Amino acid sequence: MGILPVALWTDMLIWLLLSAITVFVWYCSRHAHLAAPWARVFRSRAALASAVFLAAYLMIGLCDSLHYRQALPTVDTRSPVAYAVEVRSLLDAALSALRERNERTYSAPLATRLHQKELIEKPDGSSSRDYPRLRHGGAHLANEDAWGEDIAWHLFAGLVASIALWGLLVAAMRYSFARRWPEIPWGAAYAALACMLALAGPLAALAVNYHVLGTDKIGQDVLYQALKSIRTSMVIGTLTTLVLLPVGIAAGIMAGYFRGWVDDAIQYFYTTLNSIPGVLLIAASVLMVQVFVDSHPDLFPTAAQRADFRLLMLCAILGAIGWTGLARLLRGETLKLVELEYIQAAHAFGVPDARILLRHILPNVSHIVIIALVMDFSGLVLAEAVLSYVGVGVDPTTISFGTMINAARLEMAREPMVWWALATAFTFMFVLVLAANLFADAVRDGFDPRVRM
Amino acid sequence: MRALLFLSFLLTGCGEVWNDPYPVADRGRNVMYSAFTERPKHLDPAQSYTEDEARFTQQVYEPPLQYHYLKRPYELIPLTAQEVPKALELEGGKYTQYTIRIRPGIHYQPHPGFVAANLDLERKITDRLRSPYDLPLGTRELTADDYIYQIKRLAHPRLHSPIFGLMSEYIVGLKEYAARLQQAEKPGRWLDLRDHPLEGVERLDAHTYRVKLKGRYPQFAYWLAMPFFAPVPWEAEKFFQQVGMAEKNFTLDWWPVGTGAYMLTENDPNARMRLDRNPNFRGEPYPLVGEAGDAASGLLADAGKTMPFIDRVVFSREKESIPYWNKFLQGYFDASAIPSDTFDQAVRVSIEGESGLTAQMEQREIRLRTSVDTTILYLGFNWLDSVVGGHTDAHAAQRARKLRQAISIAVDWEEFIAIFLNGRGLVAHDPLAPGIFGQREGRDGVNPVTHDWNNGKPERRPIAAARQLLAEAGYPDGRDAKTGIPLVLYLDTVGRGPGDKPRFDWWRRQFAKLSIQLEIRDSDWNRFQEKIRKGSQQLYILGWNADYPDPENFLFLLHGAQARATTQGENTSNYVNAEFDALFERMKNIANSPDRQQLIERMVDIARHDAPWVWGYHPKSYGLTHAWMQNGKPNNMARNNIKYLRVDVDQRSALRRAWNPTVLWPLALVVLLLIAIAAPAFLGYRRRERAAAKPT
Amino acid sequence: MLAYIIRRVLYAMPILIGINLLTFALFFVVNTPDDMARMQLGQKRVTPEAIQKWKAERGYDKPLLWNEQAAGADKITRTIFFEKSIKLFVFDFGRAEDNRDIANEIRVRMWPSLALAIPAFLVGLAVNITFALGMAFFRASYLDLWGVVLCVAMMSVSALFYIIGGQYLVAKLWHLVPISGYQSGLEAAKFVVLPVLIGVISGLGSGSRWYRTLFLEEMGKDYVRTARAKGLAESVVLFRHVLQNAMIPILTGVVAVIPLLFMGSLISESFFGIPGLGSYTIDAIQAQDFAVVRAMVYMGSVLYIVGLLLTDISYTLVDPRVRFA
Repeated sequence: MGILPVALWTDMLIWLLLSAITVFVWYCSRHAHLAAPWARVFRSRAALASAVFLAAYLMIGLCDSLHYRQALPTVDTRSPVAYAVEVRSLLDAALSALRERNERTYSAPLATRLHQKELIEKPDGSSSRDYPRLRHGGAHLANEDAWGEDIAWHLFAGLVASIALWGLLVAAMRYSFARRWPEIPWGAAYAALACMLALAGPLAALAVNYHVLGTDKIGQDVLYQALKSIRTSMVIGTLTTLVLLPVGIAAGIMAGYFRGWVDDAIQYFYTTLNSIPGVLLIAASVLMVQVFVDSHPDLFPTAAQRADFRLLMLCAILGAIGWTGLARLLRGETLKLVELEYIQAAHAFGVPDARILLRHILPNVSHIVIIALVMDFSGLVLAEAVLSYVGVGVDPTTISFGTMINAARLEMAREPMVWWALATAFTFMFVLVLAANLFADAVRDGFDPRVRM
Repeated sequence: MRALLFLSFLLTGCGEVWNDPYPVADRGRNVMYSAFTERPKHLDPAQSYTEDEARFTQQVYEPPLQYHYLKRPYELIPLTAQEVPKALELEGGKYTQYTIRIRPGIHYQPHPGFVAANLDLERKITDRLRSPYDLPLGTRELTADDYIYQIKRLAHPRLHSPIFGLMSEYIVGLKEYAARLQQAEKPGRWLDLRDHPLEGVERLDAHTYRVKLKGRYPQFAYWLAMPFFAPVPWEAEKFFQQVGMAEKNFTLDWWPVGTGAYMLTENDPNARMRLDRNPNFRGEPYPLVGEAGDAASGLLADAGKTMPFIDRVVFSREKESIPYWNKFLQGYFDASAIPSDTFDQAVRVSIEGESGLTAQMEQREIRLRTSVDTTILYLGFNWLDSVVGGHTDAHAAQRARKLRQAISIAVDWEEFIAIFLNGRGLVAHDPLAPGIFGQREGRDGVNPVTHDWNNGKPERRPIAAARQLLAEAGYPDGRDAKTGIPLVLYLDTVGRGPGDKPRFDWWRRQFAKLSIQLEIRDSDWNRFQEKIRKGSQQLYILGWNADYPDPENFLFLLHGAQARATTQGENTSNYVNAEFDALFERMKNIANSPDRQQLIERMVDIARHDAPWVWGYHPKSYGLTHAWMQNGKPNNMARNNIKYLRVDVDQRSALRRAWNPTVLWPLALVVLLLIAIAAPAFLGYRRRERAAAKPT
Repeated sequence: MLAYIIRRVLYAMPILIGINLLTFALFFVVNTPDDMARMQLGQKRVTPEAIQKWKAERGYDKPLLWNEQAAGADKITRTIFFEKSIKLFVFDFGRAEDNRDIANEIRVRMWPSLALAIPAFLVGLAVNITFALGMAFFRASYLDLWGVVLCVAMMSVSALFYIIGGQYLVAKLWHLVPISGYQSGLEAAKFVVLPVLIGVISGLGSGSRWYRTLFLEEMGKDYVRTARAKGLAESVVLFRHVLQNAMIPILTGVVAVIPLLFMGSLISESFFGIPGLGSYTIDAIQAQDFAVVRAMVYMGSVLYIVGLLLTDISYTLVDPRVRFA
C-alpha cells in the first residue's frame, strides 16, 4: 500500500529549525571561542543528564513530525489511488498497536478488566453485572490468575532488553563522543540513560500486551496520548522562539543602537503590547484565528491541517507577545556596548551602521539570545497547559498535555478515582520541564552567570 | 498560613464542621440550598426564555395557568385563573377567543413600586440604595390589567421578547401595536403602555380579560403557563425607570416583581441569588392526587397542606461540575443532577435496565428520580446539500435517501448513549419525545429504517444492511461507483473545548464502519449558526428543547415553510416534503383526537422514510435529592417547583456533621514538616555563628 | 516631582490609544455585531428583526471607524469605535451586553479579588524571601543545593496540578475548607485560605530562586567583604547589610506588580468559585462579552502603566542618585 507524504506547516518549520541547529552546532564546533561556553555547559552533570532526557523527547517529537496519508485499499484497478483523510505520523505507525487497540472505556494501568461494571451476557443465556474482560489489555492470558507472573516476566524481559541496549549505546558513546571530548563527565549521561532505559524497557515490553498506563474515557491508551503530547509541547516550546527571535533581536539592538526616535517607537510598541493582559490578548488572537479557519474551509481541507494551523498560529501569537522581554534585555545590553571604545572607533572610521550591528553588536549579545531561548522553553510548555485549560490553547483535537489535564481533571471526581491519566500527564510533563529547566540553568551558567532571568 | 487556618477555625466555631460554605447565621434555618451554573441573562418575563432563568422567574411570576406538579402526561391546571380557559371560535374559526378570569384577592409581594412616594425618588436617595427593598414597601391586589400590561410589553420597543415574532402572527393587532409603540417612544421617557390600547386584548372587569387570536391556535393555552403571560404591575416598570436605577442594576430585568410564593431578595448573578418567602402569598394547597405510585413514594404526604414549606432558597453560583458534585456529597446542596463523570459513583444499572443507586448513595439515603426530557438531540442532514440532501430529480433523490438511510443505521446511538451519557437517554425513532401526544409505543414506535423488531424489542439493523444501502446509493465500499473517489462527508459541530476529542473520534468510527471518511468541522456557536443560517452545512448536530408538550412543537422542526436557510425558521435541515407539509398544516391547529393521531402517524412515517435526521436520542434527567428533601419530582414543564418542596433541617445538620469530619493529621504533618526543614537550618546557623565567633 | 508625574501620564496617553485600537481591531474581527446580538438573544426563535433592533439599541448599527453618511466631525464620532472607545478614557465603561453596569460590577467584584490577591502576594513575598535568605546563608552547602533542586522541581510543575491536587486533598478528603464559593466579610477567610496557600506554593520555586540570585549577587560585593573583614557575624552581615541592600531591587520589582493585583487571578478564581475580577474576565471571554473584555483590558493596561510609574518613583526614593530626567 502506498503512502502520500503530508508536509504540515509545523513539520516543515521543525525540520528547518533542526537543520539550522545542526548547522549552528557544526559552526560552533569549528570555532573554539564559540565551542567553549558549550563545553562549560556540558561539563555540568545535571545538564548532561537532562540533555539525555531531552534528546529522548526530541526523538519522539521528531518521529511524530513526519506525516503521511495511507492509501486506501484499491477496489478497482482503473480507479485512481485514493488516500485516507486521516493524517498519520511515523510515530503513529510505530505505535499502531497502541493506537488501534481501543477498549470500550476506562481501564486501570495493567488491568485485564474494565474499570466499571457492565452487563455481561453469559454463554448460557443468563446475564450478570461484572467487570468485563478487556478486548486487548491482557487478552492473551487464558487464565487471569497468571497475571502477576506474566507481568513479572514482561518486566524481566524488558529489563534485560534495556540492559543490552544500554550496553550497546554506552559502548558506542565511549568510542565516539567520549574519545573526542574526554573532559565531559560522561558518567552522568550513562547513568541518565540507564535510568531512562530502566523505565522505558519494561514499559515497552508491557505495552505489547497491556495498557501500561491505562485507558481513557473512550478506551484509548493513555501512554499513546502522552507520547503524542510531546510533539505539541516541543512545537510550542521551539517554534514560538522562531517567531520571537527575529523580531526581538531586531527591535532590541536597533532600539539600543540608534536610540532617538527609533528607540521611542520600539519602546512604545513593546510597552503597548506588554500592558495588555497576556491571556486576553492571546484569547482574542486565538478566537480570530479560529474565525479565519472557520470561514476558509477550502484552505484547510483536513482536520489535521486545521489543527496544525491553529497550533502554528498559537506559536506565532505567543511569539508576537513574547518578543518584548528579549527586546528589552537586548536594548539594555546594546546601550552598554555602544559606549565601548571599539564601537566608538568603528563609528569614527565611518563603518556603516548595518555592518557595526552585524559584526560587532550581534555577536556580542548572542549569549543573551541563546540563554533567553533555552529559558523560554519550559515556560512555554507550562503556558500551553494553562491556555488549553482556559479554552484558548491548541485545537481540541490536538493531543497535548493541556488537553489531557483538562479531560483528566473531570475524572478526579469519579469514584473509584481515575487517577492514571492525570498522573501520566503530570509525570511526562514534569520530566520534560524539569530537564529543560536544569539544562537552561547550565546554559545560563555556561554562557553568562550574571544575566538575570 | 497556620495563623490563617487557625483564624478560619475560630470563625467556623469550634466543634462545628470546618467546610460549611454558608454563613454561620443561616445555620438551622429553614433554608434550601441549590446552585446555578449559568448566570441568568434576563429575569424580565417578556424576555426570559431559558431554563436557567425559569428557575428564578417561575418562583416569582405567576401566569394564569400552570402544569400539574405530579400528574403525567402533563396537564394544565389553573394557577391564578379560576379555570383553564376554553377556546371560543368566532366567525367560523377565523378568530378564537380566550376569556381568562383571575381569582380575586391575590396580592403582590412587598415592593417599593407600590408606595407612591417611591415613584418619584430624588437622585441622592437612589444613589445610596443598596437594594430596592431598602425603601418602604407596599403591595396591591392583582388585577386583569397587569396581565394585559405584560401582553403589551411583548411588543415593547425596548424589550426583545423572543416570542414577539410568533405571537404577532396570532394575537390580533400585536404587530401593528409594536409599530405604533415605536412611534410613540421617546428616549429618556417612560413609555406608559396603559395609554396605548391593544386591539386583541380586552379588559372585561377588574379580574377578567380576553385575548383574541387569528385563526385556531390550541397551543396558546400552553403559552398561558409561561412567564411571558405573567402579570407585570405598571408601578414596577415606572419605579425602575427612574434616573440612577439602571446604573445600580435595579431594573425589572434583574429584580422581578410577582405574586408567586417567593420573591427575589438578593441578586448577585456572580455568586448568589436568594429567594425569600413572599409574606403576601395567598397560600396554595399541595396537590391531592398524583400519578400512580406517587402516594407510595411519599409524594402525597403533604397533600392539602398549605404551600410553600421553605422559608428561603439560596442559589450559589457553581460553574464547575466537580465542586458542585462534591458539595452535594458533603450535604451542602440539597439536590443535584449527576455529572456524567460521576455517574458510576451514584447509579448502578440493574440487569433489567432499571437504574438504582449505588450502595454508597443508598447508605446516605440519597434518592434518585429519573424522567425523560421533552428534548431531542439529532444528527441532521442539510436538505440543500448536493450529496446528502433532497433532490428534485427522482433518481438522485433516491440515491441520496439511501445514503441517509445507510448512515442512519450505522450511527449507533445506543453506544453513544452508553459511552457518553452513561445510558441516560432513549434512542429516538422519530422527532416526538416520549409522553407527547402522537408518540407510539412498542413495535410501531420503532423506526423500520434503522431497527428490526426482534423478540419483542428493537434491534439496530446489521451494518451489512447499511453497506447494502450504501452500495445501492452508488457508493460501494464508500467509493463513488463511477470515479472510485472515496466519499468524504463533513460534520459541523459546536466545539465545547478540550473534552470533545473522544466524541469526535467516536463519530469518525461510526462513519468508518461504512468506509465513509468523516471530516469534523467544529467551530464556535456563532460560526456554527452562521453556517446553518446560510444552509452551507452538510451534516450537523443540534437539539431542540420543547416549549410545551404538544407534537406541533416537535414536528414544526421539519416543516418546509419554516426552513432556516430561506425563512429563518426553526427547520434547520431545510427539509421539504409537500405531503408532510400539507399534513402539518392540517395537524397543527386541531385538538388531540384519533384524527390527529392518524395525521401524526402518517407524518412520522414520511419523515422516517426520508430520514432528514438521524433520529438521535431523548436525554433522561437523573436527579438526586438528599434524605432531608421531601416532595421532589422532576417536571420538565413546570419550573415553579420550589413551593412544593420541604426540608428537614435538623436531619440535614446532623448528617452534614457526620459526613464532614475534619481530618487534622495533615495539619500536624505540615507542622512537623516545617520543623523538619527549620531544624537543620537552625542547627547549621548556630554552628556557623559559633564558627564565625571563634578566632581562626 | 509633580511635573515628572504629569509628563509620564501624558506619555501614557498614546499607549492607551494604541491599546484601544489594537483590542478594538482584534475583537471586531472576531465578533461582528451580528454575532454579539445572537450570543445575547439566545438560541431559540431569534428573528433578523430582533437582531437589528438589538444592534440599533446598543449603537452597533453604525460603521466601525468611518461614517460616510454623516457630516463633518460626525464622520468620526458617529462610529462604533469612537462611541465605544472614547468613553473608556474617562473610565465610563458603559453596560455589559447583558445590560449590567460594568463599573458597578467592577466595584463589587474588586473586593473578592483583593481578598485573594493581597494575602497571596504578601505571604508569598515573605515566604520566598525567607526561603531565599536561608539558601543564601547556607550557600554552596548541601542545604543550598537541595534547596535549589527543590525550587527547580517546584517550578517544573504546572500550576494546574497544584490547584487540582490541593483542592482534592484539602477540601475533598480532609474537609478542612469549603470546596468553593465565597462570602464577604470575615467569613471570606475560610474560602481564601486554600487558594492563597496554593498560590504561595506554586510561586515558591521561581520566586525564592530569583531572590536567592539577588542575595548572592549582593553578597559578592565589596562592602560585604569589608563587613566580614571587620569580623561581623555572618548573620549580621546577611540580615543587616545584604537584606537591606537587596530590598531595593526587590521592592522596586514588587511595586510594578502591586497595581495588577486588582485584576485578580484568572485560574484560581474560576477553580475556587471566587466572584472576583479574574473570573469576570474568564466569563466574559467565554460569553464573548466584548464590552467587558475591553473594559478589563483597558483596566489592566492602565494598572500596568501605573505600575511602571510607581517603579520609577520608587527608584528615585530608594536611590538618591537617580534624578527625574
